[in-house]
Formats: sequence, C-alpha cells, structure tokens
Amino acid sequence: MKITGSKAIIESLIQEGVDTIFGYPGGAIMPTFDALYDYDDQVKHILTRHEQGATHAAQGYARVSGKVGVCLVTSGPAATNAITGIADAMLDSTPLVVITGQVGAALLGTDAFQEIDVVGITQPITKWAYQIRRAEDIAWAMARAFYIARNGRPGPVVLDLAKNAQFQEVDFEYKPCTFIRSYIPVPKPNPSQIELAAQLINSAKKPYALVGQGVVLSGAEKELMEFLEKADIPAAWTLLGASAMSTDYPLNKGFLGMHGNVSPNMKTNECDVLIAIGMRFDDRVTGDLNTYAKQAKIIHLDIDPAELNKNVRADAPVLGSAKQTLPAITQLLKPAKHTEWIESFDVYDKKENDIVVRREVYPATGELTMGEIIHKISEATHNKAVVVTDVGQNQMMAARYSNFSQTRSLVTSGGLGTMGFGIPAAIGAKIGAPERTVLMYSGDGGFQMTIQELGTILQEQIGVKMIILNNHFLGMVRQWQEMFFEERYSFTKMKNPDFITIAKGYGIEGYEVSKREDLDNAIADMLKDDKPYLLVANVEMKGMVFPMIPAGGSVTDILLGDEGDKNDNSEPEVILEESILNA
Amino acid sequence: MEKELYTITVFSENTVGLLGQITIIFTRRALNIETLSVSPSAIKGIHKFTITVFTTSEVVSKVVKQIDKRIDILKAYYNTDEDLIHQEIALYKVATDKILQQGSIEELIRKYHIRVLEMNKDIIVFQKAGHYAETQQLFEELSETIGVLQFIRSGRVAITKSKVERLSDMLQAIKKYETQE
Repeated sequence: MKITGSKAIIESLIQEGVDTIFGYPGGAIMPTFDALYDYDDQVKHILTRHEQGATHAAQGYARVSGKVGVCLVTSGPAATNAITGIADAMLDSTPLVVITGQVGAALLGTDAFQEIDVVGITQPITKWAYQIRRAEDIAWAMARAFYIARNGRPGPVVLDLAKNAQFQEVDFEYKPCTFIRSYIPVPKPNPSQIELAAQLINSAKKPYALVGQGVVLSGAEKELMEFLEKADIPAAWTLLGASAMSTDYPLNKGFLGMHGNVSPNMKTNECDVLIAIGMRFDDRVTGDLNTYAKQAKIIHLDIDPAELNKNVRADAPVLGSAKQTLPAITQLLKPAKHTEWIESFDVYDKKENDIVVRREVYPATGELTMGEIIHKISEATHNKAVVVTDVGQNQMMAARYSNFSQTRSLVTSGGLGTMGFGIPAAIGAKIGAPERTVLMYSGDGGFQMTIQELGTILQEQIGVKMIILNNHFLGMVRQWQEMFFEERYSFTKMKNPDFITIAKGYGIEGYEVSKREDLDNAIADMLKDDKPYLLVANVEMKGMVFPMIPAGGSVTDILLGDEGDKNDNSEPEVILEESILNA
Repeated sequence: MEKELYTITVFSENTVGLLGQITIIFTRRALNIETLSVSPSAIKGIHKFTITVFTTSEVVSKVVKQIDKRIDILKAYYNTDEDLIHQEIALYKVATDKILQQGSIEELIRKYHIRVLEMNKDIIVFQKAGHYAETQQLFEELSETIGVLQFIRSGRVAITKSKVERLSDMLQAIKKYETQE
C-alpha cells in the first residue's frame, strides 16, 4: 500500500519505538506535521518555543532515559536555530535524530525561501547528516539514522527532508538497520590489551580510576563497581560521569577537573596506574597535559578509537564498550586491598572541607550561598532527583553539592557549555523520567537565554522545579574577571526582570527567597507537589566557585580561595602547602 | 616533532558530501592539503582518496583516526614515501615556434622521458609522469629556456609496497562479521 512520505516519517518513528518528539512547525515541514496530526495518540509532540529549545529538550529526554531524542523542525532559520543543540549533543555523545524540513528537490541550490545547506552546516557537528530527496529513501534513511544515533558512541544525526519527498507516495516497508559495513559501532576488545591492563592493575600499589560518561552510556555501572571492588580501586568522576557511582559509594572519591574536589585532582599526579574509563581527557579535567599524570601508567578504556592517544598517550589502550571491557579486565584481576592508598585521599578531603565546603554549605552569617541551597535541596529530595543545570557557577555548584543515589541523575552541558541549556533540557528530562523529581539550577543569565520555554512548561504542565541562583551577575565570568582581569567587571552585571512576575505570567507558581531562615520553608513549598515551580534565590553577589584549577594550570595547582572573611577582596591563594602535598 | 610528507589513503562509500566531511577535518587543524586525488577504486562502489599533507606523525595519526570515524568511511590509513610507489602526472603547454627556435625536441624527450600529446603550428603539449621533483625539474627547465604557456600537475596516486591489501582484508573481516550477525 502506498503512503505519503510524511506518513512514512511518522510510521518510521513508531517502528523505532518513538513516542515523544520535540519540535516546531513551519513551511517546509508542514506536510509531516499534517501527517502527525493523525497520530496524536501514538506520538506525542511537544511544541517548544524555539528550535534550540526543542534540541535541548530532546537531549534532556535522551540523557535521562537512554532513548534517542527526536526533533522535528522546518528548514532555514529553524535548522540554524537547532545547531546549538546538535553541536551540544555531538560533544556530549547524546543520541538525537533531528529532522529538518527542506525546500523541494527542484529548488535545492537556488537560494530558495528558507533554503540553507543544512547537511553542509551540520556535517562537522553530527555523527551523520543526510538529505532525503525522494520518498523511497525515507525508510532506509530513518532506520540508518536511529542505528547510528544510538549505537557505539552515541551522537546526533540530522536528516534534511526535502518537501517533495514528504508529498510523494511510496510503498512503505520498514526494516530496522542492524549493520553498516563502513561502521563498526562496538569494536571487539583485544584480549592482549585486556591482559596488559589487568597486569598493570595487578602490579599497582596506587591504582586510580577516572569514570566518564562511557560507563553510563554503556550501562556498565554494575560492572564498574565489580571492577573497583575486586582490586579495591578508588575512583573519581568527570562532570558527565556524575552519578555513575552513587555519592555515598565508599570507593567514590569525588569530582574531577577545574572545579572538582581537591583529592581527585591531586591524586591524579600521585597514583601509579591511572585507569580512565569512558572519558576523553578533556582539558577541563586534565589542565596542563605536560604535567598530567606523568608518573603513572595509563590505561584508557574507550569505545571510540579516535579518543585513544588523542590527548593522553595510553600504555594500555583498551578499545571497546566498557560493558564488555570492564568485566573482561575484572576477571583477570587479583583481589587486592589498597587501604592506605585510599585513606591518603582523606587529608585533602579534610582540607577542602575545612576551607571550602564548610563555608559554602554551612554559612552561619551573610547572604545565601549557592552551595547551601543546592545542598539543602539535595537533602530535601533524598538525593533522588534528576539535577539539570545551566552553565556556569550554578552548574559547578550543582555538580559539587548535589548528592546522587542513582545513575543518569545529572543532565548538564559539559562539552559545549551551552548557556540556556537548563530550562529546555529540564523539560525533556521530566518527560523522559516523569516519575522522578526534576530540579533545574540556573543562573540569572542562562535562565534568560531560553526563558521563552516557560511557555512550553505552561502548555504541557511540565512539573519541573526551577531554581535561579540569582547573583545579578554572569557569575562565572565575573569570577574570572575578579581573579584574572583585575576586577574589571566588563559587561557582567545584570539588571534583571522580576522573575516571579514573569513566571506568574506563564501560570507558574514561584517564590523569592533571600533569607537563610526562610530557605527550608521555601524548599518544602517548592517540593510540595508535582507542579512547575520557580524558586528565585538571591545569593551573594560575588560568590566564587572553589576549588579552582586555573585554565592551563596543572591539576595540582589548586586554588582554594581565602580562608577568612568573604568580603575580603584579597587575592585567592594556593592553600596546599608543601607539608600537605607530601603527606 | 619533525614534519614530513604523509600520504593518506581513504576508502569510502560513494556518497554525496564525503569530500567535505574529510576536508573539514584538515580545516579544523589548519592543515593544508598538498595534493588530493579521488577516483573509483578497484572495488565496485568504493571510492579512493589519496591525500598528501605535510605534518608531524602525531597529527597525521589523529587526523586519520578522525577521518576513519566518519560513518561512510570504510578505511583510512597513512604512509610515508618509503612505504609507497607513487606518481604524479604533469602537462606542459609550450609555444611551437619557441621550441623550434630552441632546437632539439629529441633531447628533451630523451632526457625527461616525456610524451607529446598534441602538436600543431601554435602549441605543443608534453606529458611527464614522475615524482614531484621530477615534474618540477622539467617545469623549471622549460620556464627558464622557452617559457611555459600552461602547466598542470595532478594529485599524487600511490600504491603500497607491502603485500597486504588492507582494504580487501577489511572487507573480508566485514563479511565474516556480517554473516555472524
């Protein structure tokens, strides 16, 4: 039986198990939206307020559910609006299928109305980009798109769908893609590399594991624990590896990188064998590569051959999915105990706790701090919520002071660092995990980058709990200006609207809190039901995220801020004295 | 790290836009492509790119991995000149009267092993195949003596000296993989 190309698109989505899509209609995609009208009971369409919002929502959805996020938008400006989310998904390995409308094939290349070279623009920021010019190619291209997006190292795929292909009639027969000869998504592990890795770990005195998102993407959380426990290996996590281990897991030693914990960074340069699992040695984790883990033998587990030896040369590069490589190595491990080594993390933890954490999380006087709010909300949600963040200080604070008890609990823009990610990603996250509480932390800057998505929340009644950590500054940039640009606050001060009034306009309940004694009640009120809510927390204007490894610095060059009065503007100092370093 | 000339060989599906996908990988690293040639390979439906680039072994290995990572690329690898038999072809157009004034064509043909592709009262077109230095030497000699009206050189084509044909090995492996699935 012949059906239109538009219908074939929707039928393909159903075949791939898609029940939710995010999008925005317009000229060149109208036939497909018309077809979608008849499938309302099978495919739920979420109308965002901007195509960027659709892509971030699809990302949030994919990140919490592990399913492919799907976007449907029109050509030209819609496609270019979607670029940020596509690029974000590329850098953070998030499976997306983005279908963009395109002018009819006859008009291609003529600068027709709302024609733009989408495939050309998106090729560098997608796993695959393809233009469908005739209806016969729809089933093939859709099947291939989903296969590519979800298999191996996941990523975004763009299908640019010419208008004529949507109108054409076609014999529709859907065959899921199971194989592409030029693409092997999950390479078979090489037994000799597995053996070499196990040997290195077995002879290690101070083994240390770095956990990245690869563990989550391959669903290897359990395999990770078995691996760590057998040889008693302490582990730390990257921003995207957050929640792969629960916070209270004894071998979980904390957060890596520029604003990570002190001990995980310091220990990178003290361990004798460093085991990187599904992480890519991003510069925000490694700092200066010339001084990074030079004393250690490096084992690098990754599914993407292009990541091995890219930034850090591995003594044992182990290609493959962590789901397969971890248990293969574990099998060869000798049970071991590294009690003394693991306990040696404590001295740094104590220092960080004394100088940074206590002041940030338990301030007795002064204005509200970002850390105390996040800590309290984490407690109030029993560490079970999905935490979505925007980008900047709010993001680092949320990663530092949220506790996690289950996997896929932190949704954040890591690689691209996209301000404006928060609200739409939280919408997608709530739809992807409707039974979970979804928190969204944002600054006052990032909130206003995609503030229009409050309209999506209104229309769909998405019960996200939004918290603006409002310091009336672009806080992270201001922090850098204070530290590295002689307090020249060039265009970082913000005059903000009354966020509560704006939320009210969208029918969203809200509350503004400035006083410590009101905080508990404000949080309880926010969490009293499953309705959307905005909590505006006025925090100290010049809050700083510490610890900090300045960009390009060594992982051991950690600034902890000054110990004394917060209003004291003296230079932050390196607190870790020689005695501690040698402890 | 020492820079040298690397020859990158890429086998790909014959799909639209692949050249763009490859070249942007060079652009990101601000690498100049020295030469490029593209043609159907010995295997039906598979295209072969031969790219030369002047860089370090570290950069070329990363670039090749990033090329190989693209979905429609079957295989990408790189070699240095000692692993390869390679050749470029060059065409030279010169004025007939100038060359007759100069004297002997025979000497040129013997010295450089050139072929004459076209000869009329106005122009003569020579063809020379060889390594870059060889085609360049002829160009320089002609330029200095009689002048060259037009000159064009192809990108490099290359074949490995090794007995192993990497692509056919890979295709066999793929076949095995496919039948296992």
